[in-house]
Amino acid sequence: MTNGLFSGLGPVCRKEFVHLSRDRTTVFFALAIPVLQLLMFGFAIDTNVRQIPTVVLDSSRTQESRRLIESFANSDVFDIRYMAASEAGLYEHFKSGKAKVGLRIPPDFSRLTQQGQQATVQVLADGSDSTITSQAISTANGVVLQESMRKLLGSQGRTPVEVRPAVLYNPGLRSPNFFVPGLIAIMLQMMVIMLVAFSVVRERERGTLDQLWLTPVSPLGLMVGKIIPYGLLAFFELTVILILMSAVFQVPVHGSVPLLYTLSAAFVLTVLGLGLLISTKAQTQAEAFQMAVGTLLPSVFLSGYIFLIENMPLPFQLISRLIPATYFIAILRGIVLRGAGMAELWPQAAVLAAMGCLAILLASRAFVRTRG
Amino acid sequence: MEPVITSDKITIRFGEFTAVREVSLRVERGEIFGFLGPNGSGKTTLIKALCGLIPITSGGGTILGLDVRKNAFEVKRRIGYMSQKFGLYEDLTVGENIDFYGGVYGLTGSALASRRKELIELTSLGPYLDRRAQRLSGGWKQRLALACALVHSPEVVFLDEPTAGIDPVARRALWDLLFTLSGRGVTFFVTTHYMDEAERCARAGYIYLSKLVAIGTIEELQRMPEANPPGTERMELRLDHSSSALALIRTLPYVRESTIFGRSIHILIDAGAMDRLPTDLAAQGVNAEIHPAGVSLEDVFVTLTNRIAKEEAA
Repeated sequence: MTNGLFSGLGPVCRKEFVHLSRDRTTVFFALAIPVLQLLMFGFAIDTNVRQIPTVVLDSSRTQESRRLIESFANSDVFDIRYMAASEAGLYEHFKSGKAKVGLRIPPDFSRLTQQGQQATVQVLADGSDSTITSQAISTANGVVLQESMRKLLGSQGRTPVEVRPAVLYNPGLRSPNFFVPGLIAIMLQMMVIMLVAFSVVRERERGTLDQLWLTPVSPLGLMVGKIIPYGLLAFFELTVILILMSAVFQVPVHGSVPLLYTLSAAFVLTVLGLGLLISTKAQTQAEAFQMAVGTLLPSVFLSGYIFLIENMPLPFQLISRLIPATYFIAILRGIVLRGAGMAELWPQAAVLAAMGCLAILLASRAFVRTRG
Repeated sequence: MEPVITSDKITIRFGEFTAVREVSLRVERGEIFGFLGPNGSGKTTLIKALCGLIPITSGGGTILGLDVRKNAFEVKRRIGYMSQKFGLYEDLTVGENIDFYGGVYGLTGSALASRRKELIELTSLGPYLDRRAQRLSGGWKQRLALACALVHSPEVVFLDEPTAGIDPVARRALWDLLFTLSGRGVTFFVTTHYMDEAERCARAGYIYLSKLVAIGTIEELQRMPEANPPGTERMELRLDHSSSALALIRTLPYVRESTIFGRSIHILIDAGAMDRLPTDLAAQGVNAEIHPAGVSLEDVFVTLTNRIAKEEAA
């Protein structure tokens, strides 16, 4: 094994495992940060809008107006926290940031409704958070519509049409179900790129890379020897996240676990290739770190991890198609949440496999070249 | 005798910059060849080119009769290289470093074990086998680096500033090791800044501003006409306050060069000026013992450097 294409693979791989076993801090952070992120996204971040602080200016002060306020409070979306005494007081609550939603009931509210005429209530919403605003307005419409129906039909009446919503795959509309599968892609990418790039660049900084090029170690032997330990570590981390995901957040894998691991291999290969490519360009670990963060940002914001790709302007949609994480996140959500299989996911899987091959190919070419 | 290393008008350019310009040299088997020159003069570049790490722009070289451009792989198997940075894995133990380098050269099992035993005996690293490289002192790191560079029993070893930053005792121990090995037929190509080390070499070359300006045995270098201009002689002055006296000595019209060596000053003066020197020094209040001095290697290189610097400026 000293003349072959993969000469030196065995010793390099063994040495890399020893590095990993000695460098406890790096391994700890590589594995602990994903777990922390997981807990953060799982427990702290909830994009479902509930209990919005709400201020009410009730100029009617009647039984009818109190009833309306009560139905707002019962919706779970609004938390009627403040009663304003005047118009100025109403706006004061917005300005200070105490209230995000305001409800204004005019003095003639009770009179008009009793006379069977149309009364108007105003819902004000702080537009600085668009998620809250849109949900607040649609809920307010729903509440008022229901109140109006009840008035028109009396307590016995039934509405002609009723919506019975059935939310598929995530009936509780829980945020972890949305975030955690995507998090797997982001975490694997960050960990693998950094560890692989650092392990090569460290050798360049310390001069051991020059030393290695003077031995019969071949570029491919060195490359594959470095890939194997970090690839295995990636699968270990994947397993940890999957276990936490189902044990702590009750997001079990609905689809096939072997399929999930197989397709993860394509993604891990892609990010290993990216890490190696970075390692051939970066001269120092600081440079490698910056480049790794550079790949991470588009993967977080343009991959559909947080923001829906369909809502992005066209140029960004096109960019998102070039990002490996886009495909892997689609696959993860498909398998984990919807129980999708190869029949549904083959287009994404094909793109990801192609990206993996391309990344490894480019990396090995760059590797052979840096050897000079 | 067939030379082990030859460099035939090797030129190495990086874009516009010429790092090595038409350097020719030969090193015989079992020789310790010293390669000297200031930082940035092209020493490391030439070594890397001879080892096949960087491409040669023009000219050619051979190692053990193999063309370094055509047989890079075969050359690599038969040479050892120890860089200024030592190339050790700091988080691996002494034994693990040796085993790793042995492994990449294809040594396994009993072959690796017996080679490892030999190297440990040679370098006396035995007591430190399980210590991590980062916890070794400079001298021991250097021995470990040498052991790693020798793991595949190379016939030629390149040492790039092996003793930079190492204490004098460790330096001497390393040189003893090199002499032992060269006695067994291993050829060494050593770069250094230290003149005393250069004087231990059988032959030495001096590279300055990318050009090899002198090469030969130490005696040949000391006899170079450039270092012994006609009509001059070298003197050594022993005195108490050499640094304050140096400024005075430099004002004397017949002093061509003056260099401090600890408590003495080496000067190059016009022949015949010896009669005036004691009186001139006494007139300035300098009391010195004056002896005729031989040419040191440092004198040779200082003279050469000054001459080239003048030529470049002209």
